[in-house]
Amino acid sequence: MSNRSKGSGPGEGRGGSPVDGTGTGSTAQPLLAARGLVKAHGRTPALRDVSVELRAGEILAVTGPSGSGKSTLLHCLAGIVRPDAGSVAYDGRRLEELPEKRLSELRRTDFGVVFQFGQLVPELTALDNVALPLMLAGTGRSLARERAGEWLERFGVRGQAKARPGEMSGGQAQRAALARALVTGPRVVFADEPTGALDSLAGEQVMAALAHTAREAGTAVLLVTHDARVAAYADREARLRDGTLTPLEVTA
Amino acid sequence: MSTRHVLLGLLASGPSHGYDLKRRHDEQFPEARPLAYGQVYTTLQRLVRDGLAEVDGTGSDGGPERTAYRATEEGTRELSRWAGEITPPAPFVTNEIFAKVVVSILSGGDPAAYLRAQRAAHMGRMRELTAVKSAAGAGLATVLSADYALNHLDADLRWMTTTEDRLTTLTAEVDAA
Ligand SMILES: Nc1ncnc2c1ncn2[C@@H]1O[C@H](COP(=O)(O)OP(=O)(O)O)[C@@H](O)[C@H]1O
Ligand SMILES: [Mg+2]
Repeated sequence: MSNRSKGSGPGEGRGGSPVDGTGTGSTAQPLLAARGLVKAHGRTPALRDVSVELRAGEILAVTGPSGSGKSTLLHCLAGIVRPDAGSVAYDGRRLEELPEKRLSELRRTDFGVVFQFGQLVPELTALDNVALPLMLAGTGRSLARERAGEWLERFGVRGQAKARPGEMSGGQAQRAALARALVTGPRVVFADEPTGALDSLAGEQVMAALAHTAREAGTAVLLVTHDARVAAYADREARLRDGTLTPLEVTA
Repeated sequence: MSTRHVLLGLLASGPSHGYDLKRRHDEQFPEARPLAYGQVYTTLQRLVRDGLAEVDGTGSDGGPERTAYRATEEGTRELSRWAGEITPPAPFVTNEIFAKVVVSILSGGDPAAYLRAQRAAHMGRMRELTAVKSAAGAGLATVLSADYALNHLDADLRWMTTTEDRLTTLTAEVDAA
């Protein structure tokens, strides 16, 4: 009945994948692992000793009320922000030990990001927005555009290929943004409230498209959301409160 | 939920026998508890007794003998009366989760731990329902039924979050009472 690739949550343990539960040990090496993250913005503590793991191909929802540190955690995990203390390991490499140049190269090749809104270049068409990351990585213009068209198709917005972001609905723009985040074949997509600016139906459709496509491509997703209905598309939930992860009891 | 009206509604589109009604019910209301055949049978008997349905005929179609039923005129009138009648918006709130929180406070338990475990169970069910409605080929009836359940679970979750935030105050109030 489920098309998810990993067993998850109560009543779903199957396929021999490790029993989950936030912070419990698993046998598979995580793709991304944070240990003891601490981060303050000026004098405001945002993360106090947070440890969390993302496994290859899984969708992990990071939930919690506004101000609980979700975005800060995402930024640390994506190597956008350096934590004050603690470490982030991606595929065995410690991000804090990488020089800035290597880190930005890694972000370009292995990571994709989607925010609430505003990440598309307003002057470019949807097609060129999606082709851009490929061209920055050295793909020729016509091949990049061809691939971009395929990704717009997968997100159901090929018809908007020639539209600029301002000419698309919020939901269409988010689909184009997802296509742009996934077009380079990243192993991890970081999505910060990707449905936050949409009404509930459009938000749900965007989330369904993200979950479906990520599972098909085997891409892991770190999904930040305050909405339980969006979090229900994930395999697991990590819940933040006041910069601390709340342990979630795993019910049998 | 009035099983008799739902069955009567299924009969409104033409005569049907018991097994067929059960199958159509379970198809039409995918996330509802499936009807037991015995329940279909006794409900049909009562509909006949009350003059709302009647026997249309029996046939076997090569298989076991089956009785088909159809709605009477009175049954059709009763059906439209029921379908247009307002369902009272939850006159009494049965909130087992709240009862457990209060009992837990009264008995010196750990209501916060209970709420976290309950939350995990709710999220687990929401994931299952989301998978059901996202599966390839899920019909609109499935999507709408799952959405109904998802919205209710989501409402519970919001309520649990607020309650968790206010447990200290609630504990003081319950202990003082
Ligand atoms: N750039 C910033 N400057 C100062 N404080 C910040 C900044 N970004 C976040 N914060 C504070 O850090 C805490 C966590 O914020 P954030 O990670 O954005 O939470 P969330 O995404 O869950 O809403 C909040 O108290 C917030 O006000
Ligand atoms: Mg945020």
